[in-house]
Amino acid sequence: MSTTASTPPPVIGSGHEGGVRDQIVNYFRTVRQGEMGALPAIGGFVVLLVLFSFLSSNFFTPLNLANLLTQTATLMMLAMALVFVILLGEIDLSAGVTSGVTASVFVVLVHNVQMNWILALLIAFAVGLAIGTFIGFFVARVGIPSFVVTLGLFLGFQGLQLLIIGTGGAYRIETPEISAIMNKNLPILWGWIFLAVAIAVDLGISLWDRARRKRAGVINRPITLMWIRVGVLAVGGALFVALMSVDRAAGRGTLNGVPIAHDVIEGVPIVVPIALVLLWAGTFILDRTRYGRHLYAVGGNGEAARRAGIKVAAIRMSAFMVCSTLAVVAGLFDASRIGVVTASSGSQIVLSGVAAAVVGGVSLFGGRGRLIHAAIGALVIAVIANGLGLLGLPAGVNFLVTGGVLILAATVDAISRKRSGGTLVR
Amino acid sequence: MDVPVIELSGVEKRFGPVEVLKGVNLRAYPGKVTALVGDNGAGKSTLVKGLAGVQPYDAGEVRFAGEIVHLHTPREASALGIEVVYQDLALCENLDIVQNMFLGREETSGGTLDEGVMERQASETLQSLSVRTVKSVRQKVSSLSGGQRQTVAIARSVLKKAKVVILDEPTAALGVAQTEQVLNLVRRLADSGVAVIIISHNLVDVFAVADYISVLYLGQMVAELATKDTNNDDVVGYITGSKTYEGSVA
Repeated sequence: MSTTASTPPPVIGSGHEGGVRDQIVNYFRTVRQGEMGALPAIGGFVVLLVLFSFLSSNFFTPLNLANLLTQTATLMMLAMALVFVILLGEIDLSAGVTSGVTASVFVVLVHNVQMNWILALLIAFAVGLAIGTFIGFFVARVGIPSFVVTLGLFLGFQGLQLLIIGTGGAYRIETPEISAIMNKNLPILWGWIFLAVAIAVDLGISLWDRARRKRAGVINRPITLMWIRVGVLAVGGALFVALMSVDRAAGRGTLNGVPIAHDVIEGVPIVVPIALVLLWAGTFILDRTRYGRHLYAVGGNGEAARRAGIKVAAIRMSAFMVCSTLAVVAGLFDASRIGVVTASSGSQIVLSGVAAAVVGGVSLFGGRGRLIHAAIGALVIAVIANGLGLLGLPAGVNFLVTGGVLILAATVDAISRKRSGGTLVR
Repeated sequence: MDVPVIELSGVEKRFGPVEVLKGVNLRAYPGKVTALVGDNGAGKSTLVKGLAGVQPYDAGEVRFAGEIVHLHTPREASALGIEVVYQDLALCENLDIVQNMFLGREETSGGTLDEGVMERQASETLQSLSVRTVKSVRQKVSSLSGGQRQTVAIARSVLKKAKVVILDEPTAALGVAQTEQVLNLVRRLADSGVAVIIISHNLVDVFAVADYISVLYLGQMVAELATKDTNNDDVVGYITGSKTYEGSVA
C-alpha cells in the first residue's frame, strides 16, 4: 500500500454528488442504515390523519384542524424547549411547572399589581431565564444529575405556584394580546403574506448556501432538489392557508333551512406563525451556528467536546436556560388557550412533552434529534387525543394509545440505533 | 542531525507522594517518527499529558523550536501546533467526519457555519494523507470502522498544520490490515514534515514505523536509540529494566 507520485489522488465524496436519482438512492441508504429521523413520526401522523378522517366526518374539517393546531401548540413549544436539554442527554422535569410558575407571575403582576402587560411579560421571561440558570448551575457547576435537580424544582415549584396563585385560586387572562394568541386569527391576506415571506426566506437561504458552497469549490446537490423542496413547501403551505381561509363557523347549524347567524371564524390562528418562527429560529441556531454544533457535540461525546476546547459546562448551562425560557412561551400559550391560570397550570404536561420529543425521533441518550422532530411528535400526540375525542372514546383510551405509541417510537429508535451501530459502511 | 522541534529536559511530575516523572528528557524531530515505549506505569501517559497542556509538568524545561515554552492549557499546546490523538480517539459519533475534524474550530462566515470551506479543507487534508478508505466526508463517525476512526482522528490533528503530533496507542484496537493502513498513514504524516511521537506497546509496529525509540522506565528515560542501531531484544531489555544504557542518540 505504498503511495507513489503517479497514483492519482483518491476521490473522497461528500454525498452531494450525482443527479436527483443518486440523491434519492443515497437518502434511502442512510434511512436503511438507521438514520430515520422524523420519518416514522411523519408516517404515523399521516396514518392517523387518514384513519381519523375515515372514522369521523368531523375530523378533517377546517374547524377541527384549526382546533388541533391550538391544542398542539403548548405541547409543541414545551417539547421544543426540552429538545435543547435532551440533546445533551439531560432532562428537565420542571419545564412544565416552570411554564406554570411564569404564567402565574405574569397574570398576578397584571391583575394584582396592575402592571403594564409587556413589562409583566418581560418579567415572566426573566423569571424563566433565572430558573434555567439555577438548574444549569446545579447541573453543570455543582454536578447534580439534572433528573434530581429538576425533580426537586418540579415538587418545589408546585408549592411556589400555589403560594403565588393562592389555594384553589384562578386568574382569568384579561390581556387581549395574550388571549389573541390562541383565540384570534390572522386576517386572510396576512396569512398569505406570511406564507410568501416564509417561502422567500427559505429560497433565499438555500440559494445563499449554494453560492457559498460554490465559492468554496465543493459540489452542490442538484438544484432540482431545491426546487422540489420549495415547491412542496409552497403547495403545502398554500393548501393550509386556503383551508384556514374558509369560514370555519359556517354550516354549524340551520333553523328552518336558514343558516343561523354567526361570527365569521377564518384565517390562520395567530399561534401558528409564532410557533413556526420560533421553530425556524431554533433550527437555524442548532444547524448553522457554532453554538448549535457544540450543543450536538457535547450531547454526542462530552469528553471529545472538552478536548476540542468547547466550554462544556457553559454549553450545559445554556441549554437549561434556553429550555426554561421557551417553557415560558409554552406557559403563555396554555394560559391563552385555557383563559385562566390556576395553581396547577403546567403541572401535568412535562412528561407529554418528553413523550412528544421521543415519538418525533429525539434520542434521550443525547446528540440526536431536531426541533422539527419534537414538533411532529407533538402533532402525533395531539392528533391522537383530538381524534379519539371526536370518536367519543373515554379519556382512558387516549392515555393507553399515547403510551403505546411512545413505546412503539422508542422501539423503532432502539432498533435503528442497533442497526446503525451494527452495519459498517458499505 | 536535525534540530529537534520539541525538546524536554529534566521534566518532573508528582502526584502527591508518587513521583511519576523523575527528570525526563525527550526529543522529537521534524519529519521523523519517535516512538515512546515503556511498561505500564512507566509514565508515558503523564509525559504526553504534560505536552498536551492537560497536566502541566511540575519542573523541567520544554523547548519548542529552540524557545522555552510553558504548556499550561490544551489551547497553548494547540496554538504552538502540538496535537494529541488519544487512544479513545475522542470523536463525536453523532457528527460526521467534517464536523469532527473542525470541532471547536469551525469556520464561519456571516456568523454561520461555512460548511463548504470546511468540507473542502477536510477532503484536502484526507487526500494529502492519501486516505482511500473513506467514501464520503459527510459520513457519520458512528458508521466508520476502527481504522477509519483512527484516520479521522489523525487527520483532525493535522488539519491546522500541526508541527508535532502525538499518537497514543494508535493501533491498539485494530486488526492486521487496519494496523497496516494506520502505520502507513503515520509514515506519510512524518514524511510531510511533522514530528510524530507514537506511544505503543507493540514493538513490531514500533520497529516498522519509528526512526527513534525512547524508552521510559519507572519515570526515567533509560534509552534514546536510533531504530536502525538497535534490535527488539535490547528494547525489551530497557523496557523491563534488565538492561541499562548510558549515553544518548548519536
